[in-house]
Amino acid sequence: MASHIVKSYDEQLRKLNDTLVRMGGVVESQISAAMQALTRRDPDLALATVAGDARVDELERQVDEQVVTLLALRQPMASDLRLVVGSLRIASDLERMADYAKNVAKRSVALSQMTPVSIAATLPRMGRVAQEMVKDVLDAYVARDVDKAVAVWNRDEELDALHASLFRELVTHMMEDARNITPATHLLFIAKNLERIGDHATNVAEAIHFQVVGRMLSDARPKGGEASVAVVVPGATAGDA
Amino acid sequence: MTTNPATEPAPASARRAKLTASGVDVFYGPKHAIKKVSIDIAEREVVAFIGPSGCGKSTFLRCLNRMNDTIAACRVTGDIRLDRDDIYAPDVDVVQLRARVGMVFQKPNPFPKSIYDNVAYGPRIHGLAGSKSELDGIVEHALKGAALWKEVADRLDSPGTGLSGGQQQRLCIARAIAVSPEVILMDEPCSALDPIATAHVEELIDELRARYTIVIVTHNMQQAARVSQRTAFFHLGELVEENDTSVIFTNPRDERTQGYITGRYG
Repeated sequence: MASHIVKSYDEQLRKLNDTLVRMGGVVESQISAAMQALTRRDPDLALATVAGDARVDELERQVDEQVVTLLALRQPMASDLRLVVGSLRIASDLERMADYAKNVAKRSVALSQMTPVSIAATLPRMGRVAQEMVKDVLDAYVARDVDKAVAVWNRDEELDALHASLFRELVTHMMEDARNITPATHLLFIAKNLERIGDHATNVAEAIHFQVVGRMLSDARPKGGEASVAVVVPGATAGDA
Repeated sequence: MTTNPATEPAPASARRAKLTASGVDVFYGPKHAIKKVSIDIAEREVVAFIGPSGCGKSTFLRCLNRMNDTIAACRVTGDIRLDRDDIYAPDVDVVQLRARVGMVFQKPNPFPKSIYDNVAYGPRIHGLAGSKSELDGIVEHALKGAALWKEVADRLDSPGTGLSGGQQQRLCIARAIAVSPEVILMDEPCSALDPIATAHVEELIDELRARYTIVIVTHNMQQAARVSQRTAFFHLGELVEENDTSVIFTNPRDERTQGYITGRYG
């Protein structure tokens, strides 16, 4: 797009974009560090990840400030307005993602003190899908790539399905051996955190769609599973749940 | 899901058209100032005309009550209808037309007369009042309609030119509405006013919308965004885009509109 007649306006928009991209990068590495801390049972990395959340909060504050300044001083219009308002929404979603990563890290500290629960590959797989969604949606943001954003938006279904199946798996473990209840509960919350990270990635995808196209993504998003409302009856086999 | 909004036709206003222009061209001598402009202006709605200087928005506005007739080299072709009546038909009384389609100009231009006489002038020449008390009533009503009554009620005999700029502009609006027009054309009505006086006029425009159809030309895009329901963007004599104001300022369809309202080189 052509540049603004007032060059300092372009400069301010570019700075806002840079802050947001930087924030996205930090959030991506926070999620990845939290998952590493979990799978490697590494409490030091987990604690470093918890501490790292402050950087994300600081970057969100910077985005907020830049947005307020732009709104007050430039009165952005049309695509500029959508960019500025969309940035505010994206920053808030990124901040929430980082909170979930922090919670995963916190719980991994607790889990590293307990006997490991054998949960096969589902949780790391959920982590991978969530991380890929975050990476792809950030790439879509940088490239202003609506198709890529919509692909992320559709992919949330996969994460929801994994969450539902992990839920059943963990409940089965708890029923088999009551000593599994504490670690399995932590893992349930971790799974929920990853599922929420996916939801926020879809919000970012929606914000990108709004920024580029100028309309909300209005179709109902596909749902892959309703773990939170799945019925588990004691005594039934996992497959019936 | 990702359809191009530019391919969808802009929705028309839901209201009945008060003024309809079809294929209007304007020439100033050899210069082709307005090129095949067609637009419906809905009743009791504020339509803002925006665009860079020289884009033809004021020229087109002046076609709507035949103000361009006063310019010898100016030639208007095409069809402009007020409630289905061709305003360029040979039997149209231009003075009557301008009573139905009033105008407020960029610089407040009160007559060098009293506040009262400024407002009473139109009703007098159009013979709208049968008695002094009836005329008093019209003047009071117009001044109230222009949100000026409270400020001038005790000095109606003072010269209109002694008022502040913002008050003078509201006096001109009172003068325009004193003849009970159906449409009010405003050509940059706030460009000579400070922000507070501007706010008073904008508030007034919002109130007037309940009774009149208003077309406003403005260089202030925030003003167009604030006061209008529909916005039309003119560029090099063409009507580029016309749509709901909220759409024009959040998601315009044309690159030229986008470039102009975001402050980029077009």
